[in-house]
Amino acid sequence: MRATTADREQSATYTYLICLAAWAIPGAGHLLLGRIHKGVIFLVALTLMFLCGLWLEGRLFPVEIRQPLVALAALADMGIGLAFFIARGAGAGAGRVVAQTYEYGNAFLIVAGLLNMLVVLDAFDITQGRK
Amino acid sequence: MRTSHLGLMILFALFVSIVFAALMRDDPKQQLRFGAQLFGAFVVGGIALGWILYFFPV
Repeated sequence: MRATTADREQSATYTYLICLAAWAIPGAGHLLLGRIHKGVIFLVALTLMFLCGLWLEGRLFPVEIRQPLVALAALADMGIGLAFFIARGAGAGAGRVVAQTYEYGNAFLIVAGLLNMLVVLDAFDITQGRK
Repeated sequence: MRTSHLGLMILFALFVSIVFAALMRDDPKQQLRFGAQLFGAFVVGGIALGWILYFFPV
């Protein structure tokens, strides 16, 4: 039986919603798709990694188009979803350049965001039936 | 709280290994096995690279 246009639109909307949820809260996409085990792992591991980055006095970079590397770091930081905006709103992630752990903190924050982007792509693949 | 370069590298490797293992394997036993292998490779690789750099002083 052929899928109607309405079915396809509904399916696309569902996929976008899953991806949005997966981006906003790490692991939420997998939890919504019934992959509880993986969802919990992503939620705990990525949230802890992000919190470790803040604890290590890393910086949540601002989007500065004039400085491409800073803008890219900001994009990677934002990969973690709502936590980025909550932390920025709470005044966390100012970054202390002279701290011994500053670069480690940046690495934790950036990699947590990038890993969450991979998790979003994984959730997308699941909705498309590829996994 | 005291932190060390090695301790933070191990913590970083732990997080990355956990996420990659969950992403790339579906069975929990395989996840554990793959995660442990990945973690070991990260830590041993990091220490090995550190020692290689020891022979190239700034």
